[in-house]
Amino acid sequence: MMSVGLVLPQQAHFSSPLVLKSGALLPSFDLLYETYGTLNAAKSNAILVCHALSGHHHVAGYYADQNDNIGWWDNIIGPGRPLDTDCFFIVGVNNLGGCHGSTGPASINPATGRHWGADFPVVTVEDWVETQSRLADVLGIDAWAAVIGGSLGGMQALQWTLSFPERVRHSLVIAASAKLSAENIAFNEIARQAILSDPDFHGGNYYAHDVRPLNGLRLARMLGHITYLSDEQMAEKFGRRQRPGAGSYSFDVEFEIESYLRYQGDKFAGLFDANTYLRMTRALDYFDPALAYDGQLAAALAPARASFLVIAFSTDWRFAPFRSREIVHALVHNGQPVAYAESNCAHGHDSFLMEDAYYHAVVAAYLQRITL
Amino acid sequence: MIHAAERADFDLIASWVKPGERVLDLGCGDGSLLKRLIEERGAYGYGIEREEAGVLAAIAQGINVIQGDLEQGLAGFDDGTFNHVVLSRTLQTVRHTERLLTEMLRVGREAVVSFPNFAYWKNRMAVMSGRMPVSEDLPYEWFETPNLRFFTLLDFESLCAKMRLVIRERQVLDESGHLIIEEPNFLGSLAVYRLGR
Repeated sequence: MMSVGLVLPQQAHFSSPLVLKSGALLPSFDLLYETYGTLNAAKSNAILVCHALSGHHHVAGYYADQNDNIGWWDNIIGPGRPLDTDCFFIVGVNNLGGCHGSTGPASINPATGRHWGADFPVVTVEDWVETQSRLADVLGIDAWAAVIGGSLGGMQALQWTLSFPERVRHSLVIAASAKLSAENIAFNEIARQAILSDPDFHGGNYYAHDVRPLNGLRLARMLGHITYLSDEQMAEKFGRRQRPGAGSYSFDVEFEIESYLRYQGDKFAGLFDANTYLRMTRALDYFDPALAYDGQLAAALAPARASFLVIAFSTDWRFAPFRSREIVHALVHNGQPVAYAESNCAHGHDSFLMEDAYYHAVVAAYLQRITL
Repeated sequence: MIHAAERADFDLIASWVKPGERVLDLGCGDGSLLKRLIEERGAYGYGIEREEAGVLAAIAQGINVIQGDLEQGLAGFDDGTFNHVVLSRTLQTVRHTERLLTEMLRVGREAVVSFPNFAYWKNRMAVMSGRMPVSEDLPYEWFETPNLRFFTLLDFESLCAKMRLVIRERQVLDESGHLIIEEPNFLGSLAVYRLGR
Protein backbone atom coordinates (compact mmCIF):
# COMPACT_ATOMS: atom_id res chain seq x y z
CA MET A 1 0.00 0.00 0.00
CA MET A 2 1.41 3.32 -1.07
CA SER A 3 0.76 7.02 -0.96
CA VAL A 4 -0.43 8.74 -4.12
CA GLY A 5 2.88 10.64 -3.97
CA LEU A 6 3.36 14.00 -5.60
CA VAL A 7 0.15 15.97 -6.15
CA LEU A 8 -0.82 19.37 -7.55
CA PRO A 9 -3.75 21.56 -6.54
CA GLN A 10 -5.97 22.83 -9.35
CA GLN A 11 -8.36 25.73 -9.53
CA ALA A 12 -11.80 25.95 -11.13
CA HIS A 13 -13.44 29.32 -11.75
CA PHE A 14 -17.23 29.59 -11.77
CA SER A 15 -18.51 32.76 -13.38
CA SER A 16 -22.25 32.16 -13.18
CA PRO A 17 -23.86 33.62 -10.08
CA LEU A 18 -24.65 31.42 -7.10
CA VAL A 19 -27.68 32.07 -4.91
CA LEU A 20 -26.96 30.70 -1.46
CA LYS A 21 -29.49 29.15 0.89
CA SER A 22 -29.41 32.38 2.93
CA GLY A 23 -30.58 34.29 -0.16
CA ALA A 24 -27.19 35.98 -0.55
CA LEU A 25 -25.71 36.05 -4.05
CA LEU A 26 -22.12 35.37 -5.05
CA PRO A 27 -21.45 36.70 -8.56
CA SER A 28 -18.57 34.26 -9.11
CA PHE A 29 -16.29 32.02 -7.13
CA ASP A 30 -13.26 29.75 -7.31
CA LEU A 31 -12.80 26.27 -5.91
CA LEU A 32 -9.44 24.64 -5.29
CA TYR A 33 -9.35 20.89 -5.75
CA GLU A 34 -7.01 17.96 -6.16
CA THR A 35 -7.51 14.66 -7.95
CA TYR A 36 -5.86 11.28 -7.48
CA GLY A 37 -6.06 8.29 -9.81
CA THR A 38 -7.55 8.28 -13.31
CA LEU A 39 -11.11 8.95 -14.41
CA ASN A 40 -12.22 5.99 -16.53
CA ALA A 41 -13.76 6.35 -19.97
CA ALA A 42 -17.29 5.84 -18.64
CA LYS A 43 -16.56 8.43 -15.89
CA SER A 44 -18.13 6.00 -13.47
CA ASN A 45 -15.27 5.63 -10.97
CA ALA A 46 -15.22 9.06 -9.34
CA ILE A 47 -15.29 9.48 -5.56
CA LEU A 48 -15.75 12.86 -3.93
CA VAL A 49 -14.09 13.38 -0.54
CA CYS A 50 -15.81 16.07 1.54
CA HIS A 51 -13.82 17.73 4.29
CA ALA A 52 -14.72 18.54 7.86
CA LEU A 53 -14.39 21.77 9.81
CA SER A 54 -10.69 22.41 9.34
CA GLY A 55 -10.03 20.33 6.21
CA HIS A 56 -9.35 21.33 2.63
CA HIS A 57 -8.62 20.01 -0.85
CA HIS A 58 -5.20 18.58 0.00
CA VAL A 59 -6.54 15.18 1.02
CA ALA A 60 -3.67 12.89 0.01
CA GLY A 61 -0.08 12.93 -1.23
CA TYR A 62 2.42 15.75 -0.81
CA TYR A 63 3.66 18.81 -2.69
CA ALA A 64 6.94 19.02 -4.61
CA ASP A 65 8.13 22.00 -2.58
CA GLN A 66 6.76 20.68 0.73
CA ASN A 67 7.58 17.02 1.33
CA ASP A 68 6.14 17.16 4.82
CA ASN A 69 2.81 18.70 3.78
CA ILE A 70 0.94 15.40 3.59
CA GLY A 71 -2.79 15.37 2.83
CA TRP A 72 -5.12 15.17 5.84
CA TRP A 73 -6.58 11.76 4.88
CA ASP A 74 -3.53 10.27 3.18
CA ASN A 75 -3.77 7.00 5.13
CA ILE A 76 -6.99 5.95 3.36
CA ILE A 77 -6.16 7.00 -0.23
CA GLY A 78 -3.64 5.44 -2.60
CA PRO A 79 -2.84 2.30 -4.55
CA GLY A 80 -4.09 -0.66 -2.49
CA ARG A 81 -5.59 1.56 0.20
CA PRO A 82 -9.36 1.57 0.93
CA LEU A 83 -9.94 4.47 -1.49
CA ASP A 84 -7.87 2.65 -4.09
CA THR A 85 -6.45 4.98 -6.73
CA ASP A 86 -5.82 1.96 -8.97
CA CYS A 87 -9.63 1.70 -9.32
CA PHE A 88 -11.05 5.08 -8.41
CA PHE A 89 -10.65 8.69 -9.45
CA ILE A 90 -10.71 10.67 -6.24
CA VAL A 91 -11.55 14.36 -5.92
CA GLY A 92 -10.84 16.55 -2.90
CA VAL A 93 -12.19 20.10 -2.82
CA ASN A 94 -11.78 23.08 -0.53
CA ASN A 95 -15.26 24.23 0.35
CA LEU A 96 -16.66 27.63 -0.47
CA GLY A 97 -15.93 29.97 2.42
CA GLY A 98 -12.75 28.09 3.21
CA CYS A 99 -9.31 29.55 3.68
CA HIS A 100 -7.11 27.30 1.59
CA GLY A 101 -7.58 28.85 -1.82
CA SER A 102 -11.31 28.56 -2.57
CA THR A 103 -13.28 31.79 -2.41
CA GLY A 104 -13.84 32.76 1.20
CA PRO A 105 -13.88 35.64 3.65
CA ALA A 106 -10.16 36.30 3.15
CA SER A 107 -10.60 36.55 -0.65
CA ILE A 108 -10.94 39.86 -2.45
CA ASN A 109 -14.53 40.94 -3.09
CA PRO A 110 -14.54 41.97 -6.78
CA ALA A 111 -17.23 44.56 -6.05
CA THR A 112 -15.08 46.49 -3.54
CA GLY A 113 -11.53 45.46 -4.30
CA ARG A 114 -11.14 44.69 -0.60
CA HIS A 115 -11.26 41.51 1.48
CA TRP A 116 -14.77 40.11 1.85
CA GLY A 117 -14.37 39.90 5.63
CA ALA A 118 -17.67 40.28 7.47
CA ASP A 119 -19.52 40.64 4.14
CA PHE A 120 -18.82 37.09 3.08
CA PRO A 121 -22.14 35.28 3.42
CA VAL A 122 -22.88 32.41 5.78
CA VAL A 123 -22.67 29.22 3.74
CA THR A 124 -24.48 25.95 4.41
CA VAL A 125 -23.94 22.27 3.76
CA GLU A 126 -26.52 22.56 0.95
CA ASP A 127 -24.50 25.40 -0.60
CA TRP A 128 -21.34 23.32 -0.51
CA VAL A 129 -23.07 20.43 -2.23
CA GLU A 130 -24.36 22.82 -4.89
CA THR A 131 -20.85 24.18 -5.55
CA GLN A 132 -19.40 20.66 -5.54
CA SER A 133 -21.98 19.67 -8.17
CA ARG A 134 -20.73 22.49 -10.36
CA LEU A 135 -17.20 21.13 -9.98
CA ALA A 136 -18.54 17.69 -10.97
CA ASP A 137 -19.98 19.34 -14.12
CA VAL A 138 -16.56 20.80 -14.95
CA LEU A 139 -14.92 17.39 -14.46
CA GLY A 140 -17.58 15.71 -16.63
CA ILE A 141 -18.83 13.53 -13.80
CA ASP A 142 -22.58 12.86 -14.11
CA ALA A 143 -22.78 10.68 -11.02
CA TRP A 144 -20.27 9.95 -8.27
CA ALA A 145 -19.53 6.30 -7.64
CA ALA A 146 -19.36 7.48 -4.03
CA VAL A 147 -19.31 10.57 -1.89
CA ILE A 148 -17.46 10.12 1.38
CA GLY A 149 -16.80 12.28 4.40
CA GLY A 150 -16.25 12.26 8.14
CA SER A 151 -17.98 14.58 10.64
CA LEU A 152 -19.10 17.73 8.76
CA GLY A 153 -17.84 15.91 5.64
CA GLY A 154 -20.28 13.09 6.39
CA MET A 155 -23.12 15.61 6.49
CA GLN A 156 -22.16 16.66 2.95
CA ALA A 157 -22.07 13.00 1.87
CA LEU A 158 -25.62 12.71 3.25
CA GLN A 159 -26.84 15.98 1.74
CA TRP A 160 -25.54 14.96 -1.68
CA THR A 161 -28.04 12.08 -1.74
CA LEU A 162 -30.87 14.54 -1.06
CA SER A 163 -29.84 17.47 -3.24
CA PHE A 164 -28.83 15.30 -6.21
CA PRO A 165 -30.32 11.81 -5.74
CA GLU A 166 -29.42 10.76 -9.29
CA ARG A 167 -25.84 11.93 -9.05
CA VAL A 168 -24.55 9.83 -6.17
CA ARG A 169 -24.59 6.03 -6.17
CA HIS A 170 -23.05 5.43 -2.73
CA SER A 171 -22.81 7.66 0.31
CA LEU A 172 -20.30 6.97 3.08
CA VAL A 173 -21.34 8.89 6.18
CA ILE A 174 -18.67 8.58 8.88
CA ALA A 175 -18.64 9.90 12.46
CA ALA A 176 -21.49 12.20 11.55
CA SER A 177 -25.00 13.11 12.60
CA ALA A 178 -28.18 14.18 10.87
CA LYS A 179 -28.17 17.31 13.04
CA LEU A 180 -26.30 18.89 15.91
CA SER A 181 -27.51 18.49 19.46
CA ALA A 182 -27.93 21.45 21.82
CA GLU A 183 -24.62 20.44 23.39
CA ASN A 184 -22.88 20.44 20.00
CA ILE A 185 -24.25 23.91 19.24
CA ALA A 186 -23.23 25.08 22.70
CA PHE A 187 -19.61 24.11 22.07
CA ASN A 188 -19.73 25.89 18.70
CA GLU A 189 -21.14 29.00 20.35
CA ILE A 190 -18.29 29.18 22.85
CA ALA A 191 -15.80 28.78 20.00
CA ARG A 192 -17.48 31.62 18.12
CA GLN A 193 -17.63 33.83 21.21
CA ALA A 194 -13.88 33.33 21.69
CA ILE A 195 -13.34 34.72 18.18
CA LEU A 196 -16.04 37.42 18.24
CA SER A 197 -14.81 38.83 21.56
CA ASP A 198 -11.16 39.02 20.50
CA PRO A 199 -10.25 42.76 20.23
CA ASP A 200 -8.39 41.96 17.02
CA PHE A 201 -11.59 40.64 15.37
CA HIS A 202 -12.80 44.12 14.33
CA GLY A 203 -16.26 42.88 13.39
CA GLY A 204 -14.72 40.42 10.95
CA ASN A 205 -12.81 43.10 9.00
CA TYR A 206 -9.46 42.48 10.67
CA TYR A 207 -7.66 42.13 7.34
CA ALA A 208 -7.92 45.91 6.88
CA HIS A 209 -6.30 46.42 10.29
CA ASP A 210 -3.45 44.09 9.43
CA VAL A 211 -4.17 41.95 12.49
CA ARG A 212 -5.87 38.61 13.07
CA PRO A 213 -7.90 37.44 16.08
CA LEU A 214 -5.29 34.83 16.87
CA ASN A 215 -6.15 34.52 20.53
CA GLY A 216 -9.83 33.91 19.88
CA LEU A 217 -9.11 31.38 17.16
CA ARG A 218 -6.59 29.65 19.40
CA LEU A 219 -9.17 29.33 22.20
CA ALA A 220 -11.79 28.10 19.75
CA ARG A 221 -9.46 25.38 18.53
CA MET A 222 -8.39 24.36 22.05
CA LEU A 223 -12.03 23.90 22.97
CA GLY A 224 -12.86 22.10 19.73
CA HIS A 225 -9.87 19.83 20.11
CA ILE A 226 -11.12 18.51 23.44
CA THR A 227 -14.34 17.43 21.78
CA TYR A 228 -12.40 15.50 19.13
CA LEU A 229 -10.61 13.30 21.67
CA SER A 230 -11.86 10.67 24.08
CA ASP A 231 -11.44 10.85 27.85
CA GLU A 232 -9.81 7.43 27.73
CA GLN A 233 -7.29 8.45 25.10
CA MET A 234 -6.44 11.74 26.86
CA ALA A 235 -5.86 9.81 30.07
CA GLU A 236 -3.57 7.42 28.25
CA LYS A 237 -1.68 10.07 26.28
CA PHE A 238 -1.34 12.75 28.98
CA GLY A 239 -2.85 11.57 32.22
CA ARG A 240 -1.85 14.02 34.94
CA ARG A 241 1.74 14.16 33.76
CA GLN A 242 3.39 17.45 34.58
CA ARG A 243 5.93 19.64 32.85
CA PRO A 244 9.35 20.42 34.37
CA GLY A 245 8.98 23.13 36.98
CA ALA A 246 5.36 22.27 37.71
CA GLY A 247 3.89 22.76 41.15
CA SER A 248 4.95 26.40 41.34
CA TYR A 249 1.43 27.55 42.27
CA SER A 250 1.22 29.58 39.08
CA PHE A 251 -0.99 29.62 36.01
CA ASP A 252 1.82 28.75 33.63
CA VAL A 253 1.76 25.51 31.72
CA GLU A 254 2.08 22.84 34.39
CA PHE A 255 0.31 19.81 32.96
CA GLU A 256 1.18 18.09 29.69
CA ILE A 257 -2.40 18.39 28.48
CA GLU A 258 -2.17 22.20 28.83
CA SER A 259 0.99 22.23 26.79
CA TYR A 260 -0.59 20.04 24.14
CA LEU A 261 -3.73 22.17 23.83
CA ARG A 262 -1.73 25.39 23.63
CA TYR A 263 0.47 23.87 20.93
CA GLN A 264 -2.56 22.72 18.95
CA GLY A 265 -4.24 26.11 19.38
CA ASP A 266 -1.16 28.05 18.29
CA LYS A 267 -0.51 25.83 15.32
CA PHE A 268 -4.10 26.09 14.12
CA ALA A 269 -4.42 29.84 14.67
CA GLY A 270 -1.32 30.38 12.55
CA LEU A 271 -2.82 28.52 9.60
CA PHE A 272 -6.58 29.09 9.69
CA ASP A 273 -8.86 32.04 9.13
CA ALA A 274 -11.21 33.06 11.95
CA ASN A 275 -14.00 34.13 9.59
CA THR A 276 -13.90 30.71 7.97
CA TYR A 277 -14.05 29.06 11.40
CA LEU A 278 -17.18 31.04 12.27
CA ARG A 279 -18.87 29.98 9.03
CA MET A 280 -17.89 26.32 9.29
CA THR A 281 -19.37 26.06 12.78
CA ARG A 282 -22.55 27.80 11.63
CA ALA A 283 -22.89 25.39 8.72
CA LEU A 284 -22.73 22.60 11.27
CA ASP A 285 -25.40 24.24 13.46
CA TYR A 286 -27.80 24.79 10.59
CA PHE A 287 -27.55 21.30 9.10
CA ASP A 288 -30.86 19.57 9.75
CA PRO A 289 -32.45 17.94 6.70
CA ALA A 290 -35.41 16.77 8.81
CA LEU A 291 -36.37 20.32 9.77
CA ALA A 292 -38.52 20.77 6.66
CA TYR A 293 -40.25 17.44 7.41
CA ASP A 294 -41.52 18.13 10.91
CA GLY A 295 -38.38 16.53 12.33
CA GLN A 296 -39.11 13.24 10.56
CA LEU A 297 -35.68 12.10 9.37
CA ALA A 298 -37.09 9.14 7.44
CA ALA A 299 -39.27 11.50 5.40
CA ALA A 300 -36.28 13.75 4.78
CA LEU A 301 -34.12 10.87 3.55
CA ALA A 302 -36.81 9.28 1.38
CA PRO A 303 -35.70 11.04 -1.85
CA ALA A 304 -32.21 9.47 -1.65
CA ARG A 305 -31.41 6.87 -4.30
CA ALA A 306 -27.93 6.02 -3.03
CA SER A 307 -26.75 3.03 -1.05
CA PHE A 308 -25.33 4.03 2.31
CA LEU A 309 -22.46 2.97 4.51
CA VAL A 310 -22.69 4.59 7.93
CA ILE A 311 -19.76 4.25 10.33
CA ALA A 312 -19.49 5.39 13.94
CA PHE A 313 -16.87 5.09 16.67
CA SER A 314 -17.74 3.90 20.16
CA THR A 315 -15.39 6.44 21.81
CA ASP A 316 -16.83 9.40 19.85
CA TRP A 317 -18.88 11.52 22.23
CA ARG A 318 -19.17 14.52 19.91
CA PHE A 319 -21.25 12.46 17.44
CA ALA A 320 -21.83 9.31 19.46
CA PRO A 321 -22.89 6.08 17.69
CA PHE A 322 -26.57 6.57 18.52
CA ARG A 323 -26.55 9.66 16.30
CA SER A 324 -25.36 7.52 13.39
CA ARG A 325 -27.94 4.87 14.21
CA GLU A 326 -30.68 7.51 13.83
CA ILE A 327 -29.63 7.82 10.20
CA VAL A 328 -29.49 4.04 9.81
CA HIS A 329 -32.94 3.52 11.31
CA ALA A 330 -34.48 6.22 9.14
CA LEU A 331 -33.06 4.48 6.06
CA VAL A 332 -34.27 1.07 7.26
CA HIS A 333 -37.70 2.56 7.87
CA ASN A 334 -37.77 3.59 4.21
CA GLY A 335 -36.36 0.27 2.99
CA GLN A 336 -33.25 2.02 1.64
CA PRO A 337 -29.99 0.11 1.37
CA VAL A 338 -27.61 0.73 4.27
CA ALA A 339 -24.79 -0.99 6.10
CA TYR A 340 -23.62 0.18 9.50
CA ALA A 341 -20.36 -0.55 11.29
CA GLU A 342 -19.18 0.59 14.69
CA SER A 343 -15.46 0.63 15.44
CA ASN A 344 -13.86 0.56 18.87
CA CYS A 345 -11.02 2.85 17.77
CA ALA A 346 -9.90 4.72 20.90
CA HIS A 347 -9.43 8.15 19.35
CA GLY A 348 -12.88 9.63 19.94
CA HIS A 349 -14.33 11.77 17.15
CA ASP A 350 -10.88 11.97 15.52
CA SER A 351 -11.01 8.20 14.96
CA PHE A 352 -12.33 8.81 11.46
CA LEU A 353 -8.89 10.15 10.52
CA MET A 354 -7.01 7.24 12.08
CA GLU A 355 -5.71 4.09 10.46
CA ASP A 356 -7.93 1.72 12.43
CA ALA A 357 -7.72 -1.75 10.85
CA TYR A 358 -11.40 -2.68 11.17
CA TYR A 359 -12.70 0.71 10.06
CA HIS A 360 -10.45 0.75 7.01
CA ALA A 361 -11.32 -2.85 6.18
CA VAL A 362 -15.04 -1.95 6.25
CA VAL A 363 -14.54 0.99 3.89
CA ALA A 364 -12.38 -1.14 1.57
CA ALA A 365 -14.87 -4.04 1.53
CA TYR A 366 -17.75 -1.68 0.81
CA LEU A 367 -16.01 0.17 -2.01
CA GLN A 368 -14.79 -3.07 -3.62
CA ARG A 369 -18.45 -3.99 -4.24
CA ILE A 370 -19.06 -0.91 -6.34
CA THR A 371 -19.54 -1.69 -10.02
CA LEU A 372 -17.57 0.68 -12.19
CA MET B 1 -19.79 -22.28 9.84
CA ILE B 2 -22.47 -23.72 7.62
CA HIS B 3 -23.19 -27.44 7.62
CA ALA B 4 -25.86 -29.68 6.19
CA ALA B 5 -28.44 -29.23 8.93
CA GLU B 6 -28.08 -25.46 8.91
CA ARG B 7 -28.81 -25.42 5.21
CA ALA B 8 -31.87 -27.47 6.00
CA ASP B 9 -33.28 -24.81 8.32
CA PHE B 10 -32.35 -22.21 5.69
CA ASP B 11 -34.41 -24.25 3.19
CA LEU B 12 -37.44 -24.05 5.47
CA ILE B 13 -37.03 -20.35 6.16
CA ALA B 14 -36.54 -19.63 2.45
CA SER B 15 -39.75 -21.50 1.64
CA TRP B 16 -41.68 -19.21 4.00
CA VAL B 17 -40.47 -15.96 2.44
CA LYS B 18 -42.35 -14.54 -0.54
CA PRO B 19 -40.95 -12.25 -3.22
CA GLY B 20 -40.77 -8.61 -2.18
CA GLU B 21 -41.13 -9.35 1.50
CA ARG B 22 -38.94 -7.54 3.97
CA VAL B 23 -36.78 -9.65 6.27
CA LEU B 24 -34.66 -8.82 9.32
CA ASP B 25 -32.09 -11.50 10.16
CA LEU B 26 -30.86 -11.26 13.74
CA GLY B 27 -27.31 -12.49 14.24
CA CYS B 28 -26.91 -12.71 10.48
CA GLY B 29 -23.21 -13.65 10.50
CA ASP B 30 -21.73 -13.27 7.03
CA GLY B 31 -25.20 -12.73 5.57
CA SER B 32 -25.50 -16.13 3.84
CA LEU B 33 -29.18 -16.59 4.65
CA LEU B 34 -30.08 -13.06 3.57
CA LYS B 35 -28.10 -13.45 0.37
CA ARG B 36 -30.07 -16.59 -0.36
CA LEU B 37 -33.42 -14.96 0.45
CA ILE B 38 -32.53 -12.04 -1.80
CA GLU B 39 -31.21 -14.10 -4.70
CA GLU B 40 -33.63 -17.04 -4.60
CA ARG B 41 -36.76 -15.52 -3.09
CA GLY B 42 -36.55 -11.91 -4.26
CA ALA B 43 -36.81 -10.71 -0.69
CA TYR B 44 -35.39 -7.49 0.65
CA GLY B 45 -33.56 -7.56 3.89
CA TYR B 46 -31.32 -6.33 6.63
CA GLY B 47 -29.16 -8.21 9.09
CA ILE B 48 -27.92 -7.44 12.55
CA GLU B 49 -24.52 -8.78 13.56
CA ARG B 50 -22.35 -8.08 16.58
CA GLU B 51 -19.00 -9.52 15.53
CA GLU B 52 -16.59 -7.55 13.35
CA ALA B 53 -15.67 -10.58 11.21
CA GLY B 54 -19.35 -11.19 10.39
CA VAL B 55 -20.03 -7.53 9.59
CA LEU B 56 -17.02 -7.36 7.29
CA ALA B 57 -17.96 -10.57 5.48
CA ALA B 58 -21.57 -9.41 5.11
CA ILE B 59 -20.49 -6.03 3.71
CA ALA B 60 -18.20 -7.85 1.27
CA GLN B 61 -21.29 -9.82 0.11
CA GLY B 62 -23.24 -6.61 -0.38
CA ILE B 63 -25.60 -7.33 2.51
CA ASN B 64 -27.40 -4.56 4.40
CA VAL B 65 -25.75 -5.44 7.69
CA ILE B 66 -26.15 -3.33 10.80
CA GLN B 67 -23.60 -3.83 13.53
CA GLY B 68 -25.26 -4.16 16.90
CA ASP B 69 -25.89 -6.28 19.97
CA LEU B 70 -29.24 -8.10 20.21
CA GLU B 71 -29.09 -7.83 23.98
CA GLN B 72 -29.77 -4.11 23.51
CA GLY B 73 -33.11 -4.97 21.89
CA LEU B 74 -34.26 -3.54 18.59
CA ALA B 75 -34.69 0.07 19.68
CA GLY B 76 -34.86 2.41 16.72
CA PHE B 77 -36.58 -0.10 14.44
CA ASP B 78 -40.17 0.94 13.89
CA ASP B 79 -43.16 -1.28 14.69
CA GLY B 80 -44.25 -3.61 11.91
CA THR B 81 -41.33 -2.78 9.60
CA PHE B 82 -40.68 -6.39 8.55
CA ASN B 83 -42.69 -9.33 7.23
CA HIS B 84 -40.33 -11.79 8.93
CA VAL B 85 -37.80 -11.36 11.71
CA VAL B 86 -35.45 -14.34 11.72
CA LEU B 87 -33.45 -15.61 14.65
CA SER B 88 -31.56 -18.62 13.37
CA ARG B 89 -29.67 -20.72 15.94
CA THR B 90 -29.17 -17.69 18.15
CA LEU B 91 -31.95 -17.67 20.79
CA GLN B 92 -29.88 -20.00 23.00
CA THR B 93 -27.07 -17.39 23.11
CA VAL B 94 -29.30 -14.52 24.22
CA ARG B 95 -29.67 -13.45 27.85
CA HIS B 96 -32.86 -11.39 27.50
CA THR B 97 -34.96 -14.10 25.89
CA GLU B 98 -38.45 -12.75 26.47
CA ARG B 99 -37.52 -9.19 25.62
CA LEU B 100 -36.00 -10.25 22.33
CA LEU B 101 -39.02 -12.36 21.34
CA THR B 102 -41.29 -9.44 22.19
CA GLU B 103 -39.13 -7.08 20.18
CA MET B 104 -39.12 -9.44 17.19
CA LEU B 105 -42.92 -9.41 17.09
CA ARG B 106 -42.97 -5.67 17.57
CA VAL B 107 -40.82 -4.87 14.52
CA GLY B 108 -42.05 -7.84 12.49
CA ARG B 109 -45.39 -9.44 11.70
CA GLU B 110 -43.84 -12.89 12.04
CA ALA B 111 -40.93 -14.22 14.06
CA VAL B 112 -38.99 -17.16 12.67
CA VAL B 113 -36.97 -18.86 15.38
CA SER B 114 -34.72 -21.88 15.12
CA PHE B 115 -32.78 -23.46 17.99
CA PRO B 116 -31.06 -26.70 18.98
CA ASN B 117 -33.29 -29.06 20.94
CA PHE B 118 -31.57 -30.02 24.18
CA ALA B 119 -33.93 -32.99 24.56
CA TYR B 120 -32.73 -34.60 21.30
CA TRP B 121 -32.09 -38.27 22.09
CA LYS B 122 -28.34 -38.06 21.48
CA ASN B 123 -28.11 -35.12 23.89
CA ARG B 124 -30.09 -37.11 26.47
CA MET B 125 -27.70 -40.03 25.94
CA ALA B 126 -24.70 -37.78 26.44
CA VAL B 127 -26.07 -36.44 29.71
CA MET B 128 -27.10 -39.95 30.81
CA SER B 129 -23.52 -41.07 30.26
CA GLY B 130 -22.34 -38.13 32.34
CA ARG B 131 -21.15 -35.68 29.68
CA MET B 132 -22.55 -32.46 28.23
CA PRO B 133 -23.67 -33.06 24.64
CA VAL B 134 -21.61 -32.06 21.63
CA SER B 135 -23.44 -32.61 18.35
CA GLU B 136 -24.07 -31.22 14.88
CA ASP B 137 -26.48 -28.65 16.30
CA LEU B 138 -24.69 -28.14 19.65
CA PRO B 139 -21.16 -28.09 18.30
CA TYR B 140 -19.31 -26.57 21.25
CA GLU B 141 -17.55 -27.92 24.31
CA TRP B 142 -19.05 -26.60 27.55
CA PHE B 143 -16.07 -24.32 28.23
CA GLU B 144 -16.18 -22.53 24.88
CA THR B 145 -19.87 -22.47 24.05
CA PRO B 146 -21.57 -19.14 23.32
CA ASN B 147 -24.83 -20.81 24.38
CA LEU B 148 -26.33 -19.44 27.58
CA ARG B 149 -29.68 -21.24 27.55
CA PHE B 150 -30.37 -24.94 27.12
CA PHE B 151 -34.00 -25.73 26.41
CA THR B 152 -36.29 -28.13 24.60
CA LEU B 153 -39.27 -27.93 22.28
CA LEU B 154 -41.58 -28.35 25.26
CA ASP B 155 -39.79 -25.62 27.21
CA PHE B 156 -40.01 -23.23 24.30
CA GLU B 157 -43.68 -23.95 23.65
CA SER B 158 -44.52 -23.36 27.28
CA LEU B 159 -42.75 -19.99 27.10
CA CYS B 160 -44.75 -19.16 23.97
CA ALA B 161 -47.96 -20.01 25.84
CA LYS B 162 -46.93 -17.86 28.79
CA MET B 163 -46.11 -14.95 26.45
CA ARG B 164 -49.30 -15.58 24.43
CA LEU B 165 -47.33 -16.05 21.21
CA VAL B 166 -49.14 -17.99 18.51
CA ILE B 167 -47.22 -20.88 16.99
CA ARG B 168 -48.18 -20.74 13.31
CA GLU B 169 -45.96 -23.56 12.19
CA ARG B 170 -43.32 -25.87 13.61
CA GLN B 171 -40.82 -27.98 11.72
CA VAL B 172 -38.32 -30.26 13.40
CA LEU B 173 -35.14 -31.66 11.84
CA ASP B 174 -32.68 -34.36 12.75
CA GLU B 175 -28.93 -33.91 12.57
CA SER B 176 -28.92 -34.68 8.84
CA GLY B 177 -31.61 -32.11 8.16
CA HIS B 178 -34.43 -34.61 7.61
CA LEU B 179 -37.90 -33.60 8.75
CA ILE B 180 -39.08 -35.35 11.92
CA ILE B 181 -42.80 -35.98 12.38
CA GLU B 182 -43.02 -38.52 15.23
CA GLU B 183 -41.70 -37.78 18.73
CA PRO B 184 -40.12 -34.47 17.72
CA ASN B 185 -38.88 -33.61 21.22
CA PHE B 186 -36.97 -36.90 21.27
CA LEU B 187 -35.93 -37.36 17.64
CA GLY B 188 -35.50 -33.71 16.63
CA SER B 189 -32.13 -31.99 16.84
CA LEU B 190 -33.17 -28.59 15.51
CA ALA B 191 -36.55 -26.88 15.72
CA VAL B 192 -37.83 -24.10 13.45
CA TYR B 193 -40.91 -22.10 14.47
CA ARG B 194 -43.05 -19.44 12.87
CA LEU B 195 -44.55 -17.27 15.57
CA GLY B 196 -47.15 -14.53 15.50
CA ARG B 197 -49.31 -12.53 17.84
